[in-house]
Amino acid sequence: MIISVASGKGGTGKTTIAVNLALSLSNVQFLDCDVEEPNAHIFLKPEIREKFLAFIPVPEVDEAKCNACGKCREVCAYHAIAVIPPGDSGKGSVLVFPHLCHGCGACSLLCPQKAIKEVNKEIGVVEIGQARGMQFIHGKLNVGEIMSPPLIRQVEDRIDSDKTVIIDAPPGTSCPVIAAVKKSDYCILVTEPTPFGLNDLVLAVEVLRKMKILFGVVINRSDIGDDKVERFCQDNKIPILMRIPFDKEIALLYSRGIPIVQEKTEYKDRFRNMFNKIKERL
Amino acid sequence: MKQIVVISGKGGTGKTILTASFAVLANNKIMVDCDVDAADLHLLLHPHIRERHEFRSGKTARLDKKICNRCGKCIVLCRFGAISDDLTIDPISCEGCGLCSHVCPSGAITMEENIAGEWFISDTKYGPFIHAKLGIAEENSGKLVAKIRQVSKDMAEKGRFDYVIVDGPPGIGCPVIASLSGVDCALVVTEPTLSGLHDARRVIEVCAYFKVPVKMVINKYDLNIDISKEIEAYSQSANIEVAGKIRFDSSIPKTLVKGITAVEGASEAVIREIKDIWKKISI
Repeated sequence: MIISVASGKGGTGKTTIAVNLALSLSNVQFLDCDVEEPNAHIFLKPEIREKFLAFIPVPEVDEAKCNACGKCREVCAYHAIAVIPPGDSGKGSVLVFPHLCHGCGACSLLCPQKAIKEVNKEIGVVEIGQARGMQFIHGKLNVGEIMSPPLIRQVEDRIDSDKTVIIDAPPGTSCPVIAAVKKSDYCILVTEPTPFGLNDLVLAVEVLRKMKILFGVVINRSDIGDDKVERFCQDNKIPILMRIPFDKEIALLYSRGIPIVQEKTEYKDRFRNMFNKIKERL
Repeated sequence: MKQIVVISGKGGTGKTILTASFAVLANNKIMVDCDVDAADLHLLLHPHIRERHEFRSGKTARLDKKICNRCGKCIVLCRFGAISDDLTIDPISCEGCGLCSHVCPSGAITMEENIAGEWFISDTKYGPFIHAKLGIAEENSGKLVAKIRQVSKDMAEKGRFDYVIVDGPPGIGCPVIASLSGVDCALVVTEPTLSGLHDARRVIEVCAYFKVPVKMVINKYDLNIDISKEIEAYSQSANIEVAGKIRFDSSIPKTLVKGITAVEGASEAVIREIKDIWKKISI
């Protein structure tokens, strides 16, 4: 079973829920797919045993074969290729902007001269290790890289479906989130009872409905705001899986990178109950 | 004219609460919300939309099953797994590269332009506000950010505004980088947690990569004084000014629920702390 933890709004407690849920279950594989700002390792302190550089394919032009016909520029939907046409200054040439490339392969496949081959461009790293009896995998996007979805997909290529897979997703509602939750059987949306929490929950719900992924809501710091999140969930028949009231002790544990269930073991049962609720719904 | 962007790396550290307060404190400015896929600033600025624009960006493949000869070439060549074995295109997975439409021998695939979102020019009681809404499960958030950055910059230059104040997205990827281009100062809001510090350092590395000057704010600094000291030690070693600290204060979420900015309703101490931060970054 694959369960992802997502949120719309950042800082609502995705990593807290994902980490503590994982620590309350057995036979778990944990994937941190917030590759821009991965944090789960701070709490799980994995022993990293393997590292793989993550690449995307980008075009490389063989100047000897290229006749600057412009086909590659024409087919590139991402404006990652510019062509200097042949003229007085020479036979023309092709410029590639690898940061804009999505690695679709259209240019190399469609080049009439077969002058383009694909070479690997590093975008980040996938690290695999063990943490407290579970397999731990995360991706780290290189600083200055813009494209996180390919790296997220490379983390998820390592999903072991014999295990209970817990995915910590990035915040937001656009492509990185979609890449992270796409394979999940169930998604836990973590929110807080404030207008910001509600606004971003509504957006996340629309995304999951469009993707046809089952979901439920965890209300974190459930007593700091108003009851509009509760009412929204009721009106839309969205199950509330768990409510965690604000607790300074929990906030302090979080600040020091300590999972809740390590110090407050009664939470293990709460997380297991939530897991059972989810299992019943699938 | 000075462009200031508020970012954080980690989400939920208080970017929008601080940015909204600057809307009250700054004179002669344009406010911009660049967190286009989970925009919240409008919940505190209460805009009246004056202009509404479609944001067209990217394409999606459409397959006409009546023309298709089921050769399956598109399925094999699509790198994004967007075409299923029964030749259905998943618009969410399709990245709009168009490879399938180029290779289809029977011309059954066409590329259709997406309406990827909307952007708005609005009036608020604090002045003009430019914001956007990315369509549900749409891509190209970076391009939408670049679009509203450009619109706000042009408007600020034409109208001789003194500041463009931008609420940025979390993370370090595409929309963050689009938010950073050409700004005079990135204000990184962090919190005294190991995650907050870890993520602030990553986004500060991104700022250094693009040569954007950085200042920091420590929000909820008294939640863990030791880590706040660690953040200050880091900022000193990295030669980054800490423009101020804001205490952990339950009056702040209450202002959120009321839909007002922190400087209009939080405790006196919090208001003083935020005013001091604005003084330091506005010069």
